[in-house]
Amino acid sequence: MTLAVEFDHVSRLYGAVRAVDNVSLSIADGEFFSLLGPSGSGKTTCLRLIAGFEQPSSGAIKIHGALASGLPPYLRDVNTVFQDYALFPHMNVLENIEYGLMVKGVGKSERRSRAQEALASVALAEMSQRKPSQLSGGQRQRIALARAIVNRPKVLLLDEPLGALDLKLREQMQAELKTLQKQLGITFVFVTHDQGEALSMSDRVAVFNKGKIEQVGSPASLYNKPVTVFVANFVGSSNIFNADIGLRLLGEKHAFSVRPENIAINQNLSDCVSISGAVRDVQYHGASSRVEIITSDGLELSAVLSNSILQTQGMPSVGQSIALSWPKTAIVPLRD
Amino acid sequence: MSPNALYLQTPLRGVSNFLFRHSKVLLAVLLGPPLLWFVVIYLGSLLALLWQGFYSFDDFSMTVLPKLTFDNYLKIFAQANFDIILRTLAMACAVTLASALIAFPIAYYMAVYAGKAEKGFFYIGVMLPMWASYIVKAYSWTVILAKGGIVYWVLNKLSLVGVLESFLQLPYVGGSTLSTSHFGRFLVFTYIWLPFMILPIQAAIERVPQNLMQASMDLGANATKSFRYVLLPLAFPGIVAGSIFTFSLTLGDYIIPTLIGPAGLFIGNFVYVQQGAAGNIPLAAAFTVVPIVLIAIYLMLAKRLGAFNAL
Repeated sequence: MTLAVEFDHVSRLYGAVRAVDNVSLSIADGEFFSLLGPSGSGKTTCLRLIAGFEQPSSGAIKIHGALASGLPPYLRDVNTVFQDYALFPHMNVLENIEYGLMVKGVGKSERRSRAQEALASVALAEMSQRKPSQLSGGQRQRIALARAIVNRPKVLLLDEPLGALDLKLREQMQAELKTLQKQLGITFVFVTHDQGEALSMSDRVAVFNKGKIEQVGSPASLYNKPVTVFVANFVGSSNIFNADIGLRLLGEKHAFSVRPENIAINQNLSDCVSISGAVRDVQYHGASSRVEIITSDGLELSAVLSNSILQTQGMPSVGQSIALSWPKTAIVPLRD
Repeated sequence: MSPNALYLQTPLRGVSNFLFRHSKVLLAVLLGPPLLWFVVIYLGSLLALLWQGFYSFDDFSMTVLPKLTFDNYLKIFAQANFDIILRTLAMACAVTLASALIAFPIAYYMAVYAGKAEKGFFYIGVMLPMWASYIVKAYSWTVILAKGGIVYWVLNKLSLVGVLESFLQLPYVGGSTLSTSHFGRFLVFTYIWLPFMILPIQAAIERVPQNLMQASMDLGANATKSFRYVLLPLAFPGIVAGSIFTFSLTLGDYIIPTLIGPAGLFIGNFVYVQQGAAGNIPLAAAFTVVPIVLIAIYLMLAKRLGAFNAL
């Protein structure tokens, strides 16, 4: 397996701030890889380290096996789709897309035909003569994408490219990006703070927190088997219990989490952990409802239940006392 | 206060309500006086000036006659007068080019790298010389550049006076001393007008998003290409704005050419002489059209070069 990008104990410091703290990472060729984390977690700095806008304070970065640290951006075989697109306002769409080929000295007819092709692949062929200011946000997004892929980079870097789009367009672009990535077979490194986006698009995800990687894995493994409290909290929603409660409920002194959808009400099954409390709130979400309870000793937890089941069982009302239970197999042990 | 207090009809309230309902009247009231001032004082007097250019001047009685003629405008093209225009135009071009070359790096540093305090320092540094009297500065340059002045003194210490003297032998740049040379005049013009070039370029570069240069590098352009294809075209409106100042101020100036440099009139001096000593207002008026036409041509060229595409 060839590796598209390798981080070997990479740190990036700004004065005393460790923006990226001793990160090691391998991204396989052809992979859709997401860097997920809250703002300030170091994910964008990692992307900029790959692009070459930042240089590591220590450690080594390799792109397709070749040492990249120290190389300026224009000597790296990667291209970036910027968060706010960074289209050149004085050039029309076609000139924007041709730019990378033009500065590399590709002949006029070839770059024209490749640019047209890239423009067609983002379904905006008729926009070639427009200026960026005459395009909508979604169209600019696609032009930025076409401008990057026309260079046929080995790695495409995407810095929260969908952040500025509205929800509907964002979902559509997620699907299109995924399709495009499969078609082109290029490695995509995708930065996002939206865990839903990361889970739905990626082959693998690295979860960042405070400059370090908390966990790397497939979307399913991150969701089902989070290893740290941070990941359990950040990826999807979770009921998280600290080590003391672990000791009390399970007899083991470590934190653990249970997904709300794994919790049932008023069902005493075998091999289950049960807890009872008063209903504090019920939120209706269409297909499901979220039931939040608080126990007599102040423990809060929530369950997400399908509304079809709730209707047969009867909707719990606020203040009512109910029992929540979950199978032992749904318990995921965590470390801090 | 009763809820209806706002609707009480006082005379002022009536006027206010009327203006609110008739926004065009409000606009006329607010914009009328300044617009009148602008049209009468600026455009009106300018047109009167141009019109004066068509009047006749009687050489014997030294009087202006309201007899219309093209003679004054034709005289612009007489060899001696045309030389004045060429001399002024060449200087304006040289000063503009030099100002742009000196201003750009300073403006770029101010816009991109300078921190807040540093930027304040630069602003004051750039503008401070503009607050001092222009005539004092021009005069002090005559002393600085004179034989026995500080420039000669420094070059003498470095044993470079010979180099300067052979440089001053060159046609078009030279003169007998630095303070009476074309080059000396060029130095003073460039010194005086430089701030007018720095500030518009700085403002233009400040408006260029920094990630455009990153995008350019990301797409494979090195610093030189990024500068040429991205930064320069986007900063160009600022350069053009600055050059309109340096160009037109040089075209119209008559003090620096009087104080520094060799004999030979500039457009400004010619106008000054014609309307002052000679009393030939019509010819002076015709000559003031020259800078206006030159600037118009310059702007057309700039537009054709795409100077305003990025606006």
